[in-house]
Formats: sequence, structure tokens, C-alpha cells
Amino acid sequence: MINAKEMEGRTQPASDRPFLSVENLAVSFNTEDGAVRALDGVSFTMERGRTLAVVGESGSGKSVTAQAIMGLVRSQGGHVSGEIWLDGQELNRLQPDEVQALRGSEMAMIFQDPMSSLHPFYRIGDQIVEAILAHRKIGKPAARRETLEMLKHVGIPAAERRIDAYPHQLSGGMRQRVMIAMALINSPQLLIADEPTTALDVTVQAQILELIATLKEEFGTTVILITHDLGIVADVADDVAVMYGGRLVEVGSTSVIYDQPEMPYTLGLLSSIPRMDRELPKRLDPIRGNPPSPINLPPGCVFQPRCNYSDRVRDGACLSVRPELLPTAPDHLVRCHLPAEERRQISEDVRRILAGAPR
Amino acid sequence: MTAFPREILRVTDLRTHFPVRSRGLIPRVVGQVKAVDGISLRLDSGETLGLVGESGSGKTTAARSILRLIRPTGGSIELDGTQIANLSQAELRPIRRKAQMIFQDPYNALNPRHTVGGIISAPFRIQGVEPPGGVKAAVQELMERVGLNPEHYNRYPNEFSGGQRQRIGVARAIALRPMLVVCDEPVSALDVSIQAQIINLLKDLQQEFSIAYLFVAHDLAVVRQISHRVAVMYLGHIVESAPRSVIYSAPLHPYTHSLLSAVPVPDPKIQKKRTRIMLHGDVPSPIDPPSGCVFRTRCFQAQQRCTDEVPPLIEVAPDHLVACHFPIAVADVAASVRAGELTVPEADPEAPEAPVEGVHFIEPGPPHP
Repeated sequence: MINAKEMEGRTQPASDRPFLSVENLAVSFNTEDGAVRALDGVSFTMERGRTLAVVGESGSGKSVTAQAIMGLVRSQGGHVSGEIWLDGQELNRLQPDEVQALRGSEMAMIFQDPMSSLHPFYRIGDQIVEAILAHRKIGKPAARRETLEMLKHVGIPAAERRIDAYPHQLSGGMRQRVMIAMALINSPQLLIADEPTTALDVTVQAQILELIATLKEEFGTTVILITHDLGIVADVADDVAVMYGGRLVEVGSTSVIYDQPEMPYTLGLLSSIPRMDRELPKRLDPIRGNPPSPINLPPGCVFQPRCNYSDRVRDGACLSVRPELLPTAPDHLVRCHLPAEERRQISEDVRRILAGAPR
Repeated sequence: MTAFPREILRVTDLRTHFPVRSRGLIPRVVGQVKAVDGISLRLDSGETLGLVGESGSGKTTAARSILRLIRPTGGSIELDGTQIANLSQAELRPIRRKAQMIFQDPYNALNPRHTVGGIISAPFRIQGVEPPGGVKAAVQELMERVGLNPEHYNRYPNEFSGGQRQRIGVARAIALRPMLVVCDEPVSALDVSIQAQIINLLKDLQQEFSIAYLFVAHDLAVVRQISHRVAVMYLGHIVESAPRSVIYSAPLHPYTHSLLSAVPVPDPKIQKKRTRIMLHGDVPSPIDPPSGCVFRTRCFQAQQRCTDEVPPLIEVAPDHLVACHFPIAVADVAASVRAGELTVPEADPEAPEAPVEGVHFIEPGPPHP
């Protein structure tokens, strides 16, 4: 399970660390308008074989978290601090070529847009073969056989023919299957899926989520799913981390996040989505205002300008003091100044309204 | 609000085909992409028709053809009693006052070199309308109405967030008090917390000005929130249309069933118990659509007749139209799933073989308050 707080300031021997341990990760970019702190103090751990969903809106830092773990931030000019332990190895200290060797073999990533992640000039089979040969010394014919097996495995129909197709000859769903095949071809321990179904239609989305879940079972892969869609989170994740303004604001098991959310932002997200499983409300209940600019974050709680409850906190702490991510129950962490009883009461009230009770 | 709704849009047998040309020195027309192939719909004032479908279904082409942004190949479009399908661009100009559009991408729909004031006042300038009190006052009133700060009149689009830009697009669309606004995926590029703001805004404006919306979207949960009636498109055809509560609680077309069953529900308890109709493969190419029923290659109900005969769109109940030889009721889908009777059509060798896994349906709620 996720255990963010205890990690801080402690150096553990490598063998004691969980499979993935992200400790105090911060990322900043220098821009013309000033330094952008895209991530600040992100800490979490994952056990092998789990699925963690990282949920947030644009600018929340969810994709930067994924890119930092994959070692893709420095090449974009970002500055990374903190530690990323994957299977006993600290990644942030490694040289670029050492991370390169891990990318694809130990950890792999699926992107939102499969068209721009596949090379348009090369046949899909050749691209996957190249991914194999980059990490393993096997002959080309063997690599091609393995590629064909994997394409069949991810449900590409007529794989014998499609292995020689170019990306533009495939549909969006098929291209995403090719991406998944390429990501899994070297049996990575960690798979990061960044909005893997956002560009796809609902009926195809269902196929791809099903495929990721099946393959995860089969290969025992640990999965980080980055998404903005709370619907697909409910489908596949064991644990959920909610991000806002470059920080984790609530972390817990999937059932905790859906049944007993406490952070006002999580409650706001759950209230603002139109739902098919509930009676039709007359109006939706959106979060007011807009997400903060990462260049100019509010000084206190980053969510305060949009929060309906910050006036309930004494001394205006929400305006001036950054809240910490603290445990509120076993396996449940919340970043909020409101007292726990008050948060639970608010949560109960909001969920009652969501379930259709009169306001 | 006007007292009685009146019909403001009637589209009959609209067809928009795009020619496919061969490459080479002398290109020849070698086929047609039948993006929209004979759709009919109507819309009353103050009413929202949700037009849903997956990518490639033709919903955007239909929306653009209705506004004459694309010239349709055939059919009729009556806007407020005027036949506009064959009007020239010059003849269309006065008509544009009555029908406007809101686009999907608020980043590309606004000219980055124009100020917000310039963007929202463009309809007044182009149509030569002088609002009482002057253009600037009218624009600032519009900005206030859609939730923007009127003092930001002289700012540029890049100074606004995605949600605020979509508000600018909404203000521009309603500037001339149109009867019809076509919304093409107006919230799908926005963050969840902002989507709800824009949906509420559109509903409020409809109440206030009796605007009719043609709301094109792929997200069925969003469409449910705003629509009075819903039409489902597949491969250029409307396969089912009905009042909202009917579409969401008593659909009859197998495609509508599978679309509904694929919408994720943000509740792990429900989501885990829920089983779904898994559709195989992808939407076929509109250059070479299947014979007979366009949905038959992915349909769990398909039989020989579906290959041979095109199913007509039939009114099975008042205002409920279905184009299917073998429509199936919710209870029957669920029952056949339980009995294990749902069978996959004779598998297309291209399609992956996966069993139909059952179905979950949303409990019907009461009609809109």
C-alpha cells in the first residue's frame, strides 16, 4: 500500500524498500515567466503487482510524475530532485545512458496518442523488433517470432499480415494495442500508462482497459495509470492518488477514495462529473474557478481559492500555511487543514446529496 | 422563455459524401466516403437534441453540413422555414444570424491576435448590427452573462484558461441571439471540474433565450445531462433516436445498448459488478460500408437478413425511432446474458475472438424535474 509520510527524511537500506518508492520528488522548469514548480514533495510507494491510478486535471503534475520516473524530464530541461527507487535501484542519480538501458526493459510507458508515439515511416513489426534488439541479444528472426506472438496476444487480428503494416494503416484502437505490445515486449516490471484511452472511443476504451487488466494479471506487472477519468479508475485501480497543483492531495485505496473521500478537491471532482448510475440532477455541481497557474501558486493551500470550506478553518491557515499530507485513517492520507471530524461530516453531506438527497 | 416551442430546424434525408480520388497525373474519382448518408432530424426552440456516436460516425460532418459549413450532397435543411441546403454563400449570410456554432477546441477556435472584445463583437460587425447602447456595452454585457470579467475586454485569448476560452466562444455564439446553436463537442477538451461549469452555463442560456441546441458529443453521461432528445449515429446513419429518458432506460438498438454498457461509472462497487457488451473491432471504413445494416459486423444480434436488407428507421413508439431488424429490449438483453444465449455473429476473420460478456443497464431515473 501507499505510505507517503513515513518515507520523508529517512534513508532505508535498499532491500527494505518497496518495489517502487518515490521520495520527495520535485520537478521545476525554468521558463521566461519564471520557475515553474511542476511537482513539489511527491512521495509514495507501491508494492509489486499493484495498480495505482494517479488522478488530476491538466497542470496537476500527473504526467510530470510519470515522466520523472521514466527519466524523461531532464531532456526537456527540467530539474529533478528527490529519490526514485525502483526495485532497489535509485534512478535519479543514474547517468542518462543507464536510465536508457532500464527504459523499455525494467519500465515502459504507453502514451495517450499512439499515432505520435509510433514512427510513421517504419512497419510496426520492425519497430517492435527494434525494441527487443535494443535490450536483448537475440537474432532478428527470433525477435520477429516473439513480436508476432505478442501482437496476437494483445488481440491484433490477422497479426501475420498486420506485422508488416504501417501505423497509418491501423485504427486508433489497433495502434494503442501495438503500443501496448511494444511496451510489454521486454517484460517490464513497471508499466506507466499515461491517459491510454483518452483518444479512443468508449467501446474501444473498454477493450483496451480489459486488455491492460488481463495482461497485468498474466505478467504480474506493476501499473501506474495516469488519468483524469474517475470512471476508468473505478474500473482498474487498487489505489488512487489525487493530485492538484503539483502535489498529492489525497491518497488511499480505491474503495476509500470513492466511499470516504475527505479532501474537498476530491469531493468536488466526484460532484462535478455527470453520472449514468444516478438519477439526473437538475444541475451539476462544479468546482468554482479555474485550476491555479503553476507559475503563481497560492501561498497557502493550493486548492484554497476554489474550496468551499476554507472559511471553516481558524486563523485563515488555508491562506498562509501549506498543509501537509497526513494520515487520517489506515491507508488514507489527506492534505487539508480542516479537522478530521469536520472533513468526514462534509464528506458525508456531499455524498448524501450525490446519492440524490435534497439539499 | 417563449410560451410555445416551435419547430426551427427540420433536416430531411441529409447526405454529405466526399469523393475519393486516385493519385496520379489525372486523378479520377474512385469512390465516395459517405460521411452522412441520409439522416433526418428536427429541433424545436428551447430544446436540445444530443447527437452521439463514435469517431467516424459522421456526427461532426452532419453538424457542419446543417450549418452549411460543408456543402451537403443532397437532402433538405429547413431553418426557421427557409430552405438553406442550396443557398449560395451570399444568400447564407443573413441566415447565419439565426444559427451559430460552438467549437470543440477553445484554443484553436479563437484568433490569438484578436482581443476578446474583438472576437465577441465580430458577429455584430459582420452582420452590421448596431446593438442599442453600442457594441462595447453589448459585448461587456455578454461577457458578464457568460461569467467573464468585463474588464478583460482588451485581453488576448492566451491570457485565459481553457474554460474561460470556451466561455468566450459561447459569448460569441450567442451575441446575435441565434435560435439555433450547434455545439460540437463543446466540453470534451475541458477538465472535469470545468465541464460542469460550461454545461450549467449552456443550460442557463437556453432557459433565458429559448435557444435550440444541436449538441454533438461522444460522452453519453454529458449528453444525458443536457439533452431532451438523443439521436445515436453509426457510420453515417441515425440508428436510434428517442426522448432522453427512453434512450437511457429503454433503448432498443443493439448499438445503443453496447454504447451505454461501455460508459464507465465512477463507483468501484457498481463498476466491478457490472458486465458489459464488448463490441469487437472497430467501426468499418465509410468508403466501403457493410451491405444491409451498417452495424451488422459488430452486432450481437446479427443474422442473414441484416446482410441482405437495409433496416429502415421505424417509429416504434411516439418519437422513438429504431433502425434494426432485431431490436432488443433491456430486459431481454439481460435475460439472454443470464441464460448464456447471447451469441456473437459469425465471426469476421478480422475480428478478435472474445465472448460477449453480458450487460449492465442504468436504472431509469424519473424524468427531468
